[in-house]
Amino acid sequence: MSVTTAKSHYQSEAFARRLRARYAAERNFKIAGIAAIAIASLMLVVLLTSIVSKGYTAFWQAQVRVEVTFDKAQVEERNYAAILRQGLYAQFPQITERSGRRMLNELLSSGAPYELEALVARDPSIVGTTRTVWVRADDEVDQFVKGYFPRTGPEAERRLNDAKIAAVDAMTASGALVQSFNTTLFSAGDSREAEQAGIWGAVVGSLLTLLITMALSVPIGIAAAVYLEEFAPKNKWTDLIEVNINNLAAVPSIIFGLLGLAVFLGFFGLPRSAPVVGGLVMALMTLPVIIISARVALKSVPPSIREAALGIGASPLQTVTHHVLPLAMPGILTGTIIGMARALGETAPLLMIGMVAFIVDVPHGLTDSATVLPVQIYMWADSPERAFTERTSAAIMILLGFLILMNGLAVFLRKKFERRW
Amino acid sequence: MQITVLVLILALLTVIGFQMGRTRAAASVGGRVVELHSVPSYHGFYVALWAGLPALFLFVLWTASEGWLIMQMVLASLPARLTSGDPQALNLLKADILNIAHGISTGRESDPDVVAAAQHYGTLRDIGDWSLLAVGSCLAVVGLAYGHRRIGPDLRARNRVERVVSVALIVCSLVAILTTVGIVLSLLFEALRFFAVVSPLEFLFGTHWSPQMAMRADQVGSSGSFGAIPLFAGTLLITVIAMVVAVPIGLMSAIYMSEYANPAVRTWLKPILEILAGIPTVVYGFFAALTMAPFVRVIGQDLGLDVSSESALSAGIVMGVMIIPFVSSLSDDVINAVPQSLRDGSYGLGATKSETIRQVVVPAALPGIVAAIMLAVSRAIGETMIVTMAAGLTANLTANPLEAVTTVTTQIATLLVGDQEFDSPKTLSAFGLGLVLFLVTLSLNMVALRVVQKYREKYD
Repeated sequence: MSVTTAKSHYQSEAFARRLRARYAAERNFKIAGIAAIAIASLMLVVLLTSIVSKGYTAFWQAQVRVEVTFDKAQVEERNYAAILRQGLYAQFPQITERSGRRMLNELLSSGAPYELEALVARDPSIVGTTRTVWVRADDEVDQFVKGYFPRTGPEAERRLNDAKIAAVDAMTASGALVQSFNTTLFSAGDSREAEQAGIWGAVVGSLLTLLITMALSVPIGIAAAVYLEEFAPKNKWTDLIEVNINNLAAVPSIIFGLLGLAVFLGFFGLPRSAPVVGGLVMALMTLPVIIISARVALKSVPPSIREAALGIGASPLQTVTHHVLPLAMPGILTGTIIGMARALGETAPLLMIGMVAFIVDVPHGLTDSATVLPVQIYMWADSPERAFTERTSAAIMILLGFLILMNGLAVFLRKKFERRW
Repeated sequence: MQITVLVLILALLTVIGFQMGRTRAAASVGGRVVELHSVPSYHGFYVALWAGLPALFLFVLWTASEGWLIMQMVLASLPARLTSGDPQALNLLKADILNIAHGISTGRESDPDVVAAAQHYGTLRDIGDWSLLAVGSCLAVVGLAYGHRRIGPDLRARNRVERVVSVALIVCSLVAILTTVGIVLSLLFEALRFFAVVSPLEFLFGTHWSPQMAMRADQVGSSGSFGAIPLFAGTLLITVIAMVVAVPIGLMSAIYMSEYANPAVRTWLKPILEILAGIPTVVYGFFAALTMAPFVRVIGQDLGLDVSSESALSAGIVMGVMIIPFVSSLSDDVINAVPQSLRDGSYGLGATKSETIRQVVVPAALPGIVAAIMLAVSRAIGETMIVTMAAGLTANLTANPLEAVTTVTTQIATLLVGDQEFDSPKTLSAFGLGLVLFLVTLSLNMVALRVVQKYREKYD
């Protein structure tokens, strides 16, 4: 370095100017840092508000009140559609022409007759009586009531024509059309009709998949971490395993999907779309995460604990299972929960193994066809109907709810059991 | 059903074995436990292992080979009319037999031989499951008895149990290696089948991507061409956009948090960024497709630009947002690893805080920051859901961020979703793309991880 002479005296005008410039640069730099964090936080806020504002209405669903007579003959023929039609027409005695009645039928969900069937199945004594029942409205009516479809403008460009709007208004005025809590969303499987679609099938699929993931990756991950951290000799092989685990943690998730497709489906011939395959793929994917976090937790247990145990005659394995592992458990658990949360939100590998199929039934076993919550979101996001956009957002909120719950548990565990040595 | 019963029996027998081993060990020395070589519970584990392990091995071996073995027996009993076809027809036959046996309609029910084969398959499978149950339980009982007999004061039960446990631990840590081997082999194997049809040169350097294969020989306009350059270009474009968003914001937030923010503020800011990292990618994809894309489009139209509804820009911006926490937490680590003495030296010379950061801290942390960016790039390249939902499907060779482009991951996802025949080049091309993706991300990760590690050691 060369010695430079001062350009000006520290009391000179030039010096003061340079100092002002330097302080301004300092201020700007700090502002840039705050701005960066502000942008990141703003994006988070925008993301969450856009999803909540799009989706909160999905928790309500328009219901139509119909006075129906469960005629014995029609029930025996399982002609519930006719029962429903008669009740509906009775509400609009002035509409008698065919086109008008067809329009009335379109107000109700195409699944409404099945709701009547379910009522009869639950309580057969209602056959032969006249009851007031609430059935789901069609998704277009539902969206109209929620104010998403315009009521003015050229009729041809509107989703609901004037006659339909008049009917809806009449029913709303008489209290025959109200919005109530959308239980279908939480209790049904998937459907092509938005008003009949629910997330329960996907939630069960997610739980089954996660169960397999946990049953495999947690014991294997902890065992591998214990071996690498406590027993493994320092040589080429263990180095290789270590490098390998670090790299595996950064492999794109879709590659694990390709692995699952080629090995589990192609080679072993396991069933497509099954939670057991999804769980296997996810287990391989979360394994490195669990191993790495478990190793960190094991490393944080001070050597004095091990020395004390060995000193009073415990074998190396006893030292680990009786002392080191219990002390590292909170940390391992935290890492495991975070790994599981990540597996719960993962989509791409499951697309590869066919969990993207349209499945109406709620899965009952590990080899049934199933889908999971994130894939359900992906499929609904593809549907053009407005009502599905709303339900997608609602499903996202529920998924985020699960994730917040899991991460909250992890934070709680860390806070409660964290130990500084 | 039989399998569940077997698992329950095995669980029960191991528990019984543990109890029996423990009591016998204590009884063998008349209750003076100090005379035993190992503590009684190790004797218990010893018997339990003898009860459980052999049966478990049998179980694994059996489930791995059962399907293949039974199928061979079924095929051997079939008339030559059905089995003499080429390998593909044989595979189809096998699949049909399996489906009919599982009660799935295939359209071959009219062939009495196939139906009989399916029934045969079902009975053999039943027999197999029952005999597995019988043999497995017997093996467990015999193992238990053998282990139990060997118990005595001199049995080195601890050493034996610990040997088994340490073998199990090693096997568990090998799973990671096996996974990598599995990935490499499955990608290579399928990709080689693809490259047997399409030359690797055409794949890597061709500029036209339309993976439609002709169904009939005389079909027009779908010859199928597999030049992946447009996909690579699309991936690159979106990655660059994502990095333009993520690197400045991520780096500046890391600098602010590690150098300026006081600890109280930090404890609030860090979780906010962690939330961004914890949001599932499918949610970002939905956000990109339904909020960001229309927004970008409206802004573009206001400026008089023609923006495609699935522009690379919207997908790239959202991907950048997703990667911000990734860049910031990694840079945070490396910035914190720069020793305080370097900062103190700089302050001592009269530098301001920002001058210290720009001229001392960042250059000192630069290798680590570069590695962090490389890891972020690798993540951006491998990200699937955002681009599948928000970027287009048309292979477009363009550098204009306002147009729709497609990426490697998008193509893999769309080529393999839905029912595909496993042998067509269209399906196999996904594995070719997967291989390229794996190699690129792997090399980025390898280099970056090595740099980070080297760098950490430097200031320790």
